[in-house]
Amino acid sequence: MGDDIPNEVKSWIDQVRYEENTEFPVEMGYVWTTCASVENGNPLFWDEQAAREITGGQIAPPTMLSVWFRPHLWVPGRTKQSQPLQLHFDLKEKLGLPEAVMTENTIEFHEPVRPGDRLRTRQILRSVSPLKETKLGMGRFWVIEVEYLNQKGEFVGKESYTGYGYRRAA
Amino acid sequence: MTAAAQTSAKAPLTIDRVKEGDRIPELAVNVSATTVILGALASRDWRPMHHDRDFAINRNGTRDIFMNTPNLAAWFERYVTDWTGPLGRVGKMKFRMKDSIFPNDTMVFRGVVKSVSTDAAGCAWAEVHVSVSVGEKMCTDCIARVALPANATDNPWERRGNRWKP
Repeated sequence: MGDDIPNEVKSWIDQVRYEENTEFPVEMGYVWTTCASVENGNPLFWDEQAAREITGGQIAPPTMLSVWFRPHLWVPGRTKQSQPLQLHFDLKEKLGLPEAVMTENTIEFHEPVRPGDRLRTRQILRSVSPLKETKLGMGRFWVIEVEYLNQKGEFVGKESYTGYGYRRAA
Repeated sequence: MTAAAQTSAKAPLTIDRVKEGDRIPELAVNVSATTVILGALASRDWRPMHHDRDFAINRNGTRDIFMNTPNLAAWFERYVTDWTGPLGRVGKMKFRMKDSIFPNDTMVFRGVVKSVSTDAAGCAWAEVHVSVSVGEKMCTDCIARVALPANATDNPWERRGNRWKP
């Protein structure tokens, strides 16, 4: 495995690689299930009046940003399973690195996400490192950004993932 | 509404009541298989290592199913906003994942205020370092930048555009 990054992968840097619409509108059922899963009693999510007074209406917990773009496990007619963060899997394949872990995740929150919103995401590769050896094996770090917009084109947030793709040490 | 949220709703945590070095009360949670699976499915994460024990052990080489990162983010948000109350608005979170959390672990969240500042738009910010540990093992740490009311009449949720710079 040489240190040259394939030209195809280099050409992805700073380009929008995937632009996708979420498969269903933001809805409170998932909000409440998420709040229940972490015992989050914040009245912004449970008390409509409090939400109206403080945030101008119901909102979803900010950290649910990525929840809205994870595809259904199955939909009629789909023959290939859809992957969240497809760019991450593309990098594994093109760089010949069968294993990968996420090491860092930064989320920035802008306009609140509200029930009924239909979000759009853009996946952008920001960088790929030279080959590096870690305790996991030999591989590369990469940084993927995901931008989130709502149906009005308002910026609702941005995520940055640092992934490490590697080949296990023999 | 949690007791913390009720308290904060009555007396919102304003920035003048926060200073560097303040500690957020610890939160200890006993993790069950249900905690892990409910959290994974609530965050629409269908990957088997978060619900299938055989897969986690035999394919991932872990000792059991383990919590997924998006649900852990929801735990961190809950921990921070239990402290701030509903007027606290999280602007940014940065996570570093180091180790996994499994059923039968007791995970403990701890937080400390690292800095307090006001930006050019007048938005008051607290930077909080939060971690979740199991015993001596620190599993994930998080730097959260959270906006707090600058005074009794301020509401960070009303900030938009150039007035919101997380």
